[in-house]
Amino acid sequence: MAAGIKDKVAILGVGCSKFGERWDASPEDLMVEAYNEAMADAGIAPEQLDAAWFSTHMDDVGTGRGGTPMGIALRLPNIGVTRVENFCAGGSEAFRAAVYAVAAGACDIAIALGVEKLKDTGYGGLPVTTPGTLIPQWYPNAVAPANFAQLASAYQRRHGIDAALLKRAISRVSIKSHANGAKNPKAHLQKPITEEQCLKAPTIAEPLGLFDCCGVSDGAAAVIVTRPDIARAMGKRDLVTFKALQVSTSNGWEMHSNEWDGSYVHTARIAARRAYAEAGITNPRAQISMSEVHDCFSITELVTMEDLGLSAEGQAVRDVLDGVFDADGAVPCQIDGGLKCFGHPIGASGIRMLYEMVLQLQGRAGPRQLKNPTIGLTHNLGGQPSQNVCAISILGLEGA
Amino acid sequence: MIGIVGYGGYLPRLRLSRRAVVEANAWYAPGLLGKGRGTRALANWDEDSLTMAVAAARDLLGPADDRSRVRHVLLASTTLPFADRLNAGVACEALTLADDVQALDLGGSQRVALSAVAQALALVKAEGANTAACALVLAADSRQTRPASAQELDYGDGAAALLLGSQGVIAEYLGGCALTVDFVDHYRQAGEDIDYHWEERWVRDEGIGKLMPRAIGAALAQAGVAAAQIDHFIFPSSFQKMDQQLAKACGVRAEAVADALADSVGDTGAPHALLLLARVLQGAQPGQHVLVAQFGSGAQALVFRVTEAIAQFRPSVGVDGWLARGAEERNYTKFLSFKDQLRLERGMRGEQDRKTALSTAYRHKAAILGLVAGRCSVTGQVHFPPSRISYAQGKPLQDTQLPHKLADRQGTVLSWSAESLSFHRAPPHHYGQVDFDGGGRILMEFTDVAKGDIASGTRVEMHFRIKDLDELRGYTRYFWKAVPVRSTGTPTPKAGD
Repeated sequence: MAAGIKDKVAILGVGCSKFGERWDASPEDLMVEAYNEAMADAGIAPEQLDAAWFSTHMDDVGTGRGGTPMGIALRLPNIGVTRVENFCAGGSEAFRAAVYAVAAGACDIAIALGVEKLKDTGYGGLPVTTPGTLIPQWYPNAVAPANFAQLASAYQRRHGIDAALLKRAISRVSIKSHANGAKNPKAHLQKPITEEQCLKAPTIAEPLGLFDCCGVSDGAAAVIVTRPDIARAMGKRDLVTFKALQVSTSNGWEMHSNEWDGSYVHTARIAARRAYAEAGITNPRAQISMSEVHDCFSITELVTMEDLGLSAEGQAVRDVLDGVFDADGAVPCQIDGGLKCFGHPIGASGIRMLYEMVLQLQGRAGPRQLKNPTIGLTHNLGGQPSQNVCAISILGLEGA
Repeated sequence: MIGIVGYGGYLPRLRLSRRAVVEANAWYAPGLLGKGRGTRALANWDEDSLTMAVAAARDLLGPADDRSRVRHVLLASTTLPFADRLNAGVACEALTLADDVQALDLGGSQRVALSAVAQALALVKAEGANTAACALVLAADSRQTRPASAQELDYGDGAAALLLGSQGVIAEYLGGCALTVDFVDHYRQAGEDIDYHWEERWVRDEGIGKLMPRAIGAALAQAGVAAAQIDHFIFPSSFQKMDQQLAKACGVRAEAVADALADSVGDTGAPHALLLLARVLQGAQPGQHVLVAQFGSGAQALVFRVTEAIAQFRPSVGVDGWLARGAEERNYTKFLSFKDQLRLERGMRGEQDRKTALSTAYRHKAAILGLVAGRCSVTGQVHFPPSRISYAQGKPLQDTQLPHKLADRQGTVLSWSAESLSFHRAPPHHYGQVDFDGGGRILMEFTDVAKGDIASGTRVEMHFRIKDLDELRGYTRYFWKAVPVRSTGTPTPKAGD
């Protein structure tokens, strides 16, 4: 195995716009919000940036294609700006490129920024997209909720779990995230919810109701990375470094064999295994202080707890109901509200997860600050359970 | 001996309650209240004459992989989706027939299916006696009607298939007659959707009453069979008791008149005579005589004698099987919407472009129209759509896949959901992953389902259906969908239940 990037790259600054239905802001405005905060946090001038990676998913709404939208919106000093797109994991891809550039010594300082402007479509939910010329000829005109909802039917069957119990557990996932989001002024959704609200909400895709689905939000997030020695030379303290950064992409096994049972995300398990090896983690439930996972839907978060080894096989329902992942639980999850409540501006979400990790690890998270976290995990999933891209990062204070 | 070597039928699952129709329209057309009895067959939104014809052909051909005996395909209908693109050619792809088959579309009259049978018999005769070569006649219609019209209640949607050949004949062709007369009881000009009808009394007396006995008499004479010898008399008509009156006028015994399925199905149009024939043959005894006749721009009649081989053939489901699978539908607006008579709000998601890249479609036509997957000859793994590199853990294999047909294999639902977010003509939109018997997995749509019909573990079978309608360019694209396996189904409730 390669040496990996453990402790080779530090985060110099992070920024995040207010997420939500930003009727007031164009994608360029959202980029400026995130960029200003990240640059101020890093304490650098634009001329110090060597390269930029830009993540945005939708082609038909938002900024349009290419790297120019970011270069122009931020008036960057003619550095290279590369657009990356990898479904909902695009944000992680943007910072992966920046991290690799720094680790390789090609850049001293690099920025990754993600943005999505979803609320210019005129309707609720994710925008409709067209996936090439072949897929629409045979593949269902599917929407994300029904793709992920299928985890529920398969999980139920595999573990022999009663439908009502599973529904209660996934409701609890959302209730927890709403409670956390209520303490986050940048979150899209800041109101706590009750179990009754969850259970009675209109069905979006069987068995998911409205509160099982994450916010469809406008927003941007940015992260600036450098080498630890450069950061120290700039007088930075409490450095947060990457302990691991792994991406796993489906190769068709889920769809082209009959082995996968549909109840979990195969790539997440592979990426987690690799990330733990890279970071030297042997007992995730004991060693990981907190996680920000890709809770596009409540059922996704539930199965992800098992994919990440934070719950034993078939035990996530129990753990969720026991509060293991609550703010005061053993391994808090979505302390910032997650995709569910902070919101899910697709291209920005992976970077938004880093934003929270840095605030928490450096003790800057305000009313939602956890007590002395040392290691955080982000899990950013793009695509659908049967074919996807899964990015997992592990971050911690230097030396942790 | 030449004649019928196989038969099949198809009826869509939905059976529209006529009472629901007449009650909805009673404010406007109280005169139709008396017709509010029974049901009529209603094609789902994703069914048209082409998909129903394919379903009838599959009912006839069964799951056998070798269909090489089918040398000719004649598709008879007045409601085919394409005016210029061989609809029968699409059916051939769906049935995975070889491309050296001769296929053609036939239309123009309500008796076109019988004309197609006559042509098929001629083709079989020309092939010679010592060949397994067969001609497959498919007939289907899905007619549009005006709301609050009698036709809306009388018509139904359906399809039938008949295989003609010279080996394994189950009903020998004895004789027939065709009269071509420009008697316009109704018409539909090119480009129009709905038939225009003349007065029923004139059609009964001057049309059917005079032309049909001539054609039937001539057919019987050629067959050398007396009218009284006819055991099954098939004459579909939406006019009440017309079949009985015609039988009497021709000297056919009253008890020989076949049930026209008016109470449950309605008049399916071009396929109706063959649909009734398929039903009659399923219960026919060796030696019985069958006369099948239809009226339209003239008259046509064919006479057959059932052979001992009748017991050797069984359709996959059969007309009675499809009858039993019916589910009553009481939503009149659903009927209007499915028949494009009512434009329902679709929301912005309904604005999605459904353009089909024809070059892409052609490259993948075996997969898309025939549901042919690729089976790795080394590992046995089945891939859909087929690909150059096969999945094999640690050692991908290249160019090892051979064609593997999935259409006639059943499957099991692995995972599923039903959502109400996207635009769908029959919400909620059901789809999920299906694992096929013998390998292969497709994330596909379910159709003919209501809430509660699908669960993980549900057994499903494949049906050729409309995938999308491109209304901007006027193009229908087709693919396969999963339908729960329904062995018998529940009987259609009787009128007034």
